[in-house]
Amino acid sequence: MIQLADIERIFQVGDETVRALSNVNLTVHQGEYVSIMGPSGSGKSTLLNVMGLLDRPDKGIYSLEDLDTTELTDDQQASVRCHKIGFVFQFFHLVPRLTSAENVELPMILAGVDPAERKTRVQAALSSLGLRDRAKHRPDQLSGGQRQRVAIARATIMQPDIVLADEPTGNLDRTSGIEVIQILEDLNNKGMTLIMVTHDPNLSKRASRKVQLVDGKISSDTGGS
Amino acid sequence: MKPGDVIQFSTRALWGYPTRTLLMILAMAIGVASVILLTALGEGARRFVTNEFTSLGTYLLIVLPGRSETTGGPPPLLGETPRDLTLEDALSLTRSSAIRRMAPITVGSAPVSWKHRDREVSILGSTADLFEIRHLSMAQGRFIPAGDPTRGLAVCVMGYKVKTELFGNQSPLGGWVRIGDRRFRVIGVLAKKGQSLGLDMGDVVVVPVASAQALFNTSALFRILVQANGRDAVPKAKKAILSTIRQRHEGEDDVTVITQDALLSTFDRILVAMTLSVAGIAAISLSVAGILIMNVMLIAVSQRTSEIGLLKALGAPGAHILGLFLAESAILSLIGAGFGLILAFLGNWGLAHAFPSFPITAPIWALGAAVLVALLTGLVFGVLPARRAARLDPVQALSRR
Ligand SMILES: Nc1ncnc2c1ncn2[C@@H]1O[C@H](COP(=O)(O)OP(=O)(O)OP(=O)(O)O)[C@@H](O)[C@H]1O
Ligand SMILES: [Mg+2]
Repeated sequence: MIQLADIERIFQVGDETVRALSNVNLTVHQGEYVSIMGPSGSGKSTLLNVMGLLDRPDKGIYSLEDLDTTELTDDQQASVRCHKIGFVFQFFHLVPRLTSAENVELPMILAGVDPAERKTRVQAALSSLGLRDRAKHRPDQLSGGQRQRVAIARATIMQPDIVLADEPTGNLDRTSGIEVIQILEDLNNKGMTLIMVTHDPNLSKRASRKVQLVDGKISSDTGGS
Repeated sequence: MKPGDVIQFSTRALWGYPTRTLLMILAMAIGVASVILLTALGEGARRFVTNEFTSLGTYLLIVLPGRSETTGGPPPLLGETPRDLTLEDALSLTRSSAIRRMAPITVGSAPVSWKHRDREVSILGSTADLFEIRHLSMAQGRFIPAGDPTRGLAVCVMGYKVKTELFGNQSPLGGWVRIGDRRFRVIGVLAKKGQSLGLDMGDVVVVPVASAQALFNTSALFRILVQANGRDAVPKAKKAILSTIRQRHEGEDDVTVITQDALLSTFDRILVAMTLSVAGIAAISLSVAGILIMNVMLIAVSQRTSEIGLLKALGAPGAHILGLFLAESAILSLIGAGFGLILAFLGNWGLAHAFPSFPITAPIWALGAAVLVALLTGLVFGVLPARRAARLDPVQALSRR
């Protein structure tokens, strides 16, 4: 369960202070499917980064599974990211010199999982996403949709509770976009919390809960409190 | 993260940029190889000089005219010669029980001719004892006969090279050669025996000391070689020489006595210092390689910013990232050092073939030290880029494509 209370994130650019997030209160239960919409610069990515422990809020309390994350050290936060959170990015962020299989393996290497177990889990993950025959391809030998599927496999290989996706279809054509969304929804159906930033109202509609951000504040929220 | 995974990941990362990696390995290899080779050269020079001194003879003392302020140091470069050393001075030394043998030496240069052939040669005036003191050996005939050193016999012994140039393949024994304006009968030829303290014993003609003094019209000696009665007798012999000469020179201490050991240890110290400083200079090239590594690793960090951001997003703590980049520097250094060792061995082999008489071998400590210094250089210069990587803000890093 994600609980954000009075979260504020301020950026100082020269003399100007930018309130990327202000007074954000949001509770997301395990297994929810949340879409976040809002105009450009409204703080969607910042919100996602805070929830993913990549960024620390300047004010407020963020508890994850009743654990106050603001009190964790950097290394403890890294460990939480490793085991509980999966990221999917607009620009895939695959390591260009590594094959699909190696990219998917990466989180397990960082977590110190046994090599033998790594191989079988990578195989399983790639097969379930229809990438079995692309295991030895490098990212530049894959289509955009395939790359994002590799990225999803990587984000979920550690079986996290939460998947955070920032415009996962932003760089894809319609068909592969829908494909990727379906994969993410499948994962959600199996119990993972899915929080997705998108600009596309059609995609947003598919989510069971829609959150709207304007100027760093939540302007509407179809679910929860 | 497992250590094996760290090494594998870093190696893969290095091979992602092969040109850059190879250049860095090359720089490191050259640095390591030059440290080893220059140390080997210095060490070779040291051994060369040591060999020279041992071939000079055992328990040797050298008496030079002129006084030096330093005791047991190298021969004085400056300083007046107040009184000549004479043959009588030399002969008076043999009375001491600490002294086994003595050979007075006069040196000069004179034309030597036989039939139509003519050559300018160094003429060494000495006595029969020079043979033992300098460990000479004969190719043909015999050395200057023992007898009254003050009598100038008209006989000579030729160095190997002089004999070949004047007589070719003919035997010179019994032949008469002209040295300066005198005639000498050839009684022997020295065996080939490399260099000895700068004087090529193949390129001299040895005549009795009195003959040489007559030839050059001088009563002064160039120096006196003295062989002590064993190692322990060396200090006693030195004392005896000094007091004898003082008596003969009206109480003046106007000679210098150099013992072989003192001379050797002085040269040894000089050459060790030289080797170390040359190795130090070579180590600078290693630090240049280190700076190169730092530079290239900094480029790597900025090129791989989004990768670092990703690793952080995937849950790698800063320490992991630091370790990954340090491992890259260390791997580069070690591979470079490995190639450096190979390069050094090749260079060593080549030099040994080009100069067979020069004993060039890299000391073992130099090999170890070079590799260690290379590794340290890599790690020290790798710290800055690795820390920069570890401190990258993941959000910023990921926002760049
Ligand atoms: N590192 C930063 N330094 C300064 N200002 C920042 C920084 N990151 C974000 N901002 C500002 O915070 C605000 C919110 O940024 P954010 O990236 O969250 O917007 P967004 O909703 O994701 O926009 P988009 O739809 O274009 O991706 C923007 O005004 C942005 O300029
Ligand atoms: Mg954004």
